[in-house]
Amino acid sequence: MSELMLGNQAVARGLYEAGVSVVSSYPGTPSTEITEFASKYPEDEMYCEWAPNEKVACEVAVGASIAGARSFCAMKHVGLNVAADPLFTASYTGVNGGMVIAVADDPGMHSSQNEQDSRHYAIAAKVPMLEPSDSQECKDYAKLAYEISEKFDTPVILRLTTRVSHSQSAVSTEDRIEKALPVYEKNIAKNVMVPANAIKKHIVVEQRTLDLISYAETSGINTVEMNSAEIGVIASGICYQYAKEALGDKASYLKLGMVNPLPIELIKDFASKVKVLYVVEELDDIIETHCRKNGIEVKGKELFTLQGEYFQSKVKQVILGEKDEWETLDTDIPVRPPVLCAGCPHRGVFYILKKLGVMVSGDIGCYTLGAAAPLSAIDTTVCMGASISGLHGFNKGRKGEYEGKSVAVIGDSTFMHSGITSLVDIAYNRSNSTVIVLDNSITGMTGHQNNPANGKNIYGDPASAVNLEALAHAIGINSVTVVDPGDLAETERVIKEELAKAEPSLIIARKPCALLKTVKHKPPFRIDSDKCKNCKSCMRIGCPALVAGDKCITIDNTLCVGCGLCEQLCKFDAIKE
Amino acid sequence: MDTKSIMIVGVGGQGTLLASRILGSVLGDAGYEVKVSEVHGMSQRGGSVVTYIRYGEKVYSPVIEKGQADMIVSFEQLEAARYIAYLKKGGTIITNTQKISPMPVITGAAEYPDGIIDKIKDKGINIIAVDALSAAEKAGSSRAVNVVLMGVLSKVLSGIELDSWKKAVEKCVPAKVIDINQKAFDLGREM
Repeated sequence: MSELMLGNQAVARGLYEAGVSVVSSYPGTPSTEITEFASKYPEDEMYCEWAPNEKVACEVAVGASIAGARSFCAMKHVGLNVAADPLFTASYTGVNGGMVIAVADDPGMHSSQNEQDSRHYAIAAKVPMLEPSDSQECKDYAKLAYEISEKFDTPVILRLTTRVSHSQSAVSTEDRIEKALPVYEKNIAKNVMVPANAIKKHIVVEQRTLDLISYAETSGINTVEMNSAEIGVIASGICYQYAKEALGDKASYLKLGMVNPLPIELIKDFASKVKVLYVVEELDDIIETHCRKNGIEVKGKELFTLQGEYFQSKVKQVILGEKDEWETLDTDIPVRPPVLCAGCPHRGVFYILKKLGVMVSGDIGCYTLGAAAPLSAIDTTVCMGASISGLHGFNKGRKGEYEGKSVAVIGDSTFMHSGITSLVDIAYNRSNSTVIVLDNSITGMTGHQNNPANGKNIYGDPASAVNLEALAHAIGINSVTVVDPGDLAETERVIKEELAKAEPSLIIARKPCALLKTVKHKPPFRIDSDKCKNCKSCMRIGCPALVAGDKCITIDNTLCVGCGLCEQLCKFDAIKE
Repeated sequence: MDTKSIMIVGVGGQGTLLASRILGSVLGDAGYEVKVSEVHGMSQRGGSVVTYIRYGEKVYSPVIEKGQADMIVSFEQLEAARYIAYLKKGGTIITNTQKISPMPVITGAAEYPDGIIDKIKDKGINIIAVDALSAAEKAGSSRAVNVVLMGVLSKVLSGIELDSWKKAVEKCVPAKVIDINQKAFDLGREM
């Protein structure tokens, strides 16, 4: 049987068929659906959870592997930065049950803050990395990764990119192979990485890499397809598909299913059979550098680019010199950037912050959209949790000058992920910083995942919920205030009051995400065209439901959810329920 | 046959993903190899969204680029204009005549261009412009614009049985709104 599946869905199917029994992840585009689909399989066969962050998720997978279970965690590329600590040492301990980490890179940055290439991690941590090029391979490689993991006693990374994760293609399914749990045996030399043991394990790891290179040469995961002797292409993942689309039978291919470690003899042999050899790889020049290091002449980044996605046209243009043609309209087309949704609870906070003219240390989530016009409220966005620690550093750097006119904003899920330790730093090392948790009771940007603060687990079942107020008190933040961000006057009052205090404070702006199905909305508001003076005061909140007109503002009633924010800004009583 | 390429473009929240799943489903049932590519995340929040559907005997790349689409289905006028360069010479664009202002237009920083459909026609491009929003409302929900447009597409796209479309609609839309969507599909097909 074959069905259309997203790459991420196919990975989840592969986990199930491989007999995986523990899955722990933190959501992150484009990796999120792997764990969402995994959680649709029976919990008693394949237990799934959302962990507070990727480091925790990876450690859960390490622990489950030591216990003998086949385990898994998924993350986006930047998540692997967070999980790098356990990864590097799990490479030394190796596994008991097979362990696989899926990491989804985002060339082109569709939904990311940088464009890092995760293949560097496989090299640095000395672990094998597989890279599928379509959904069937997503499933097959996920299963193969467990065989490699157990055979070579190593965690394995499954590398995906946005186009593989988020493309659907046909996948044939098979039955699950139940893996019986082996007896747990204490093994200090293997699992306790103190220097005396780790020194011995490092020797094992280096030998393992040599063994894996032999596997890469001969196992069949890297395949040669000979067509023309004029052009040779080395590619992996989605770039293989782009190259095949662009060049078809005009080129011969070495398709690399395993991107770390790379074969040497196989590449040398392929190189000897073609006149010109190209490496087609998005992001960094990893295969190219490997070839050059081994004395194999290739063409690569001098023709292609280190930035963004390639697609078939780029390959066709670079290698064949052919270009597609198209028509354009001679008209300026306004951009359509993503915006905070109508009724978004974050909007009120950003409106007040802009009005107060404060410096806003931002974070990762839907609320990053508070940086867009007309709110333009955010000063910085770096990484998960950096809003809070970054604000502390900013205030220390300005010697307290900005303490009354700067805030950090962070969502509930991001606060759970890595904001708590940052808040501890503010309390412990004392800056009079003001932190606002935008608590919308969900992980929003990645598509509504539950988190440790909202009282539900991945299955939607009731779970313990972190009490943010009590947590703040426990770590030494004494001024903690909860405010409804739908009430502009009260939100402004609270923010001003907390900024004026000579102590650190936490404001919890609490209102659920407007897109949650459990949220009951009021009917759309309407505008009294006789009273509307077209002063555009209401337009300052950047609501997509408010539409400018020549005579008066109108409300798009397919978008308006009756949040009433615009009503609070109207001085002429023109906006009505 | 050569690989065919169809793009579905619109505004985040209009249901382009669901439409691409219906289309992927009917093409798969018709025996083609199909690849459907979508982008999640940031672009869902009212931004410009695009999905690619490619089908044929063998499909490699899941992505469609400028000058490569045989057909574009646009859920909104401005998006039709934005993506028209993706159409191959001789290709066809189906567009909903609905206008949704993007944030720069809402804030007055830019103007919504006039006469988009005429400008596309003037270029000699085959265009089918329909008021899918009114049809969707007539079917019972303004949210069924996506299925109305699949109805319009079903007339233009050869080689697929009506029954297959109906089954795909039933499979892909939530159970509660199957009737509304079947009606929306029929209204689209009659346009």
